[in-house]
Amino acid sequence: MISLAGRDILHAWGKFVFTGIGLGLLIGVTLTMAGVYRGMIDDAMVLLDNSGADLWVVQKDTQGPYAESSSLYDDTWRGIAAMPGVASAANVTYLTMQVRAVNRSQQRDVRAMVVGVSADGPGTAGWPPYLVAGRQITRSHYEAVADIASGFRLGDTLQIRRNRYTVVGLTRRMVSSNGDPMVFIPLKDAQQAQFLKDNEAILQQRRRTAENPAFNRPGVPGLLDAVIASQSSNNYVNAVLVRIKPGTTANEVAEPIRRWKRLTVFTRAQMEDILVNKLIATAAKQIGMFMVILAMVSAAIVAFIIYTLTMDKIREIAVLKLIGTRNRTIAAMIMQQALALGLIGFAVGKITATFAAPIFPKYVLLLPGDSLKGLAAVIVICALASLIAIRMALKVDPAEAIGG
Amino acid sequence: MSTNKGIRIEGLKKRYGSGDTAVDALKGVTMQVDPGEVVGLVGPSGSGKSTLLKCLGAVIDPTAGRMVLGDEVIYDDGWKVRDLRALRRDRIGFVFQAPYLIPFLDVTDNVALLPMLAGMPNAEARARALELLTALDVQHRAKAMPSQLSGGEQQRVAIARGLVNHPPVILADEPTAPLDSQRAMAVIRILNDMAKKYQTAIIVVTHDEKIIPTFKRIYHIRDGVTHEEAGEGRGFD
Ligand SMILES: Nc1ncnc2c1ncn2[C@@H]1O[C@H](COP(=O)(O)OP(=O)(O)O)[C@@H](O)[C@H]1O
Ligand SMILES: [Mg+2]
Repeated sequence: MISLAGRDILHAWGKFVFTGIGLGLLIGVTLTMAGVYRGMIDDAMVLLDNSGADLWVVQKDTQGPYAESSSLYDDTWRGIAAMPGVASAANVTYLTMQVRAVNRSQQRDVRAMVVGVSADGPGTAGWPPYLVAGRQITRSHYEAVADIASGFRLGDTLQIRRNRYTVVGLTRRMVSSNGDPMVFIPLKDAQQAQFLKDNEAILQQRRRTAENPAFNRPGVPGLLDAVIASQSSNNYVNAVLVRIKPGTTANEVAEPIRRWKRLTVFTRAQMEDILVNKLIATAAKQIGMFMVILAMVSAAIVAFIIYTLTMDKIREIAVLKLIGTRNRTIAAMIMQQALALGLIGFAVGKITATFAAPIFPKYVLLLPGDSLKGLAAVIVICALASLIAIRMALKVDPAEAIGG
Repeated sequence: MSTNKGIRIEGLKKRYGSGDTAVDALKGVTMQVDPGEVVGLVGPSGSGKSTLLKCLGAVIDPTAGRMVLGDEVIYDDGWKVRDLRALRRDRIGFVFQAPYLIPFLDVTDNVALLPMLAGMPNAEARARALELLTALDVQHRAKAMPSQLSGGEQQRVAIARGLVNHPPVILADEPTAPLDSQRAMAVIRILNDMAKKYQTAIIVVTHDEKIIPTFKRIYHIRDGVTHEEAGEGRGFD
């Protein structure tokens, strides 16, 4: 027996190829969306990995520092470092903002996560664990290490708020959970950057403070200056990153900190839960919605094209039935055509996604397992979509082949 | 296969619908076509020609009567064969008004499809198809697609398809309607030749005045009743 489906496809290959390409682009978008979701999770995991922390200590009852804002006094770490099981504790600040390279003729303006790292030096939690070029920050001010994805180069001058920083090192895969590249600067600078106001606002605030009789007392010299100094300094950090001693578990170290320091402490597992189930949950739902819509559009396309192709063959199907072709053979012919369309589409989609992933603005992580699931979904969708055409073909009366 | 005795129909009745709206399309049709014979089935529109072909072709159920194919009773107030699909495939050949070739199969496979459907290996089925195509003088188009053939060539391929399983009976439904008189004559000549060569009983439904004089025997059908008549049997000139 010959393959009726195969022969029909060869005969009408143009229709199949063009529909397949159209379908393939949709499938490509779907695979890319799945890749974006995987990329977001991977970014979150990399963020946690590269922070080098076992525990995240944040402001009480917040889910900081990534999912919510959190602030702690910058001397909290001392008390934590003294707790049992704690190997080290380091301050860290995170601030998402636009960072500009001002030395280039064409100014680059990059959305980045500015990370303030403690003065304890490389190897401390929060610091970039490896560099691809240059060196780590060695001075306590105005040096920066940037993720290579930011596009910044060694020697670039970055403008962060009112201060300028020199890029002394480059790292890679250091991204926020949004996929924004990180720029590391010394903690003190970062603390200042978080609260640094423009000159106009500072003047304004000084004037108002000076006008307040409570602060500006003739009999207390120095009070006004002290108040103003305290207003313009920032003694807060977003979190304390804790490393635990070997032989201890995260939970047994976390518990006393929670109890005695009245702080919220997250373990790695809890942090993953926050990032995956809370921070990127909405984005994941959106992606899920789009994938469902794309699946429905794909199904509609396959159903429509297979239905039309079958409609064009009603006469032939009546003849095939009259001369003794089994219903099963005819149904198989139609379903095989739908599956062939799906396979062409999947191949085109897979190729499209593979080539589109690197130029996509977000990190796209294409997992072979997702591709397999996509292939299975395409097969199921195509099989279901062909049912309408099959139903119609089975209803064709072989008597129709004989004139009325 | 049963011994070939052509086809015999006795008192065949067909009623469409029921109650007040019932239509008695066939009221008692009796005919006999011997192997190697080509008979005409002639009648005005609405007389029941297509209904008779559909009953013979086992695509609709008669209401009553008897049909004998070869020496096997296939219908006696009810179907006596279980698998009507196999009956159509193996023992009845169809030739339609238009060729209705399968557009995505080449000429050979259009013809070879029937034996393949019956389970014959591809090579053997194609050899059989080529034999028929040769008999019908279209073997030189064996690899062509139907759309590349002329109308006459297509109709010959369609006849080859009708004959390929060597059925004892062929039902031809106005096979010359779209053809001019010269081509129509050619088709009738081929059907006569093939009837002789393969000892097939051929029923040609027609109202084509050009070909009616060629039949030796004609069944006239009017209001669902047949009357046999001797035809002119003039041959094909
Ligand atoms: N499916 C049907 N249902 C009801 N009546 C039908 C049907 N098919 C044919 N008829 C009726 O049966 C009669 C014979 O029709 P038909 O066999 O098509 O005649 P012919 O082919 O000779 O023109 C006509 O009166 C027609 O209206
Ligand atoms: Mg008719």
